[in-house]
Amino acid sequence: MIVENLVFYTFSAILLVSSIMVISARNPVHAVLALVATFFLGAGLFVLLGAEFLAMTLVIVYVGAVAVLFLFVVMMLDISFAELRQGFLRYLPVGGLVGLVLVVELVLVELHWTVTPKVLDKPAAPIPPSDQVSNSHALGHILYTQYFYLFQASGLILLIAMIGAIVLSLRSRAHVRRQSVAAQVGRQTADAVAVRQVSTGGGV
Amino acid sequence: MEIGLGHYLTVAAILFTIGVFGIFLNRKNVITILMSIELMLLAVNINLVAFSAYLHDLVGQVFAMFILTVAAAESAIGLAILVVYFRNRGSIAVEDINMMKG
Repeated sequence: MIVENLVFYTFSAILLVSSIMVISARNPVHAVLALVATFFLGAGLFVLLGAEFLAMTLVIVYVGAVAVLFLFVVMMLDISFAELRQGFLRYLPVGGLVGLVLVVELVLVELHWTVTPKVLDKPAAPIPPSDQVSNSHALGHILYTQYFYLFQASGLILLIAMIGAIVLSLRSRAHVRRQSVAAQVGRQTADAVAVRQVSTGGGV
Repeated sequence: MEIGLGHYLTVAAILFTIGVFGIFLNRKNVITILMSIELMLLAVNINLVAFSAYLHDLVGQVFAMFILTVAAAESAIGLAILVVYFRNRGSIAVEDINMMKG
């Protein structure tokens, strides 16, 4: 119990600190690295909650793909980030006000909510005991039966996102020499090599 | 004190607020705004998984996985739009995005 408390408080403290670093870092590369740390700690909280599969998915998808994509874009674009930070202090009061209102609202909601006992009686998909069925097994079982169409739809969303990203960022520039495989393969010896009789001392 | 649902919800609430705060703070930098959106989505995922664990219902985790999928698609498209925009205008400042204004 004491270990769980310790892990929870450590993870959430570092999570919140690194998320503050994401929004306040001067250097965007540092912001992306703080984002990576945030995702790792979020995955740690997921493990603590018993959702191992989602934790690993978070590490693979977010740290492995999304954060690297962010890093790639940050490094690829040649932008003066100091310029973009102008007005940081100007927006601080209104942002702080909105954040304060939001956090007060959320805390008020959290202090005054209860769960209907009926919900606890009839879960839509009860979690099987973890010593018999692993989390990923249980998740796969429900995902491939009950939520199969949604699963397919999410695959379609990813496909569309992939095609969209390719279509958006593909550009054909003029004066770029591209490889023409057909021309290379179709080239004959007669087109490429010529035998000349060179007279001695005469040159070609 | 035992770690309850409220603890996780509090962490997620603070994380969500930090995300909103980040959007307000970095009004000019689209990349940081996208990262703030990712933070907010992570907060929502923590909420869903915490409810799933404490109500003993697996559907919350399924839902969190779909959110993960959509968030990945969203950031891929968002960054692609960003790259195209930077190519055309040479800037990613939000206030320069006004070409569609009449």
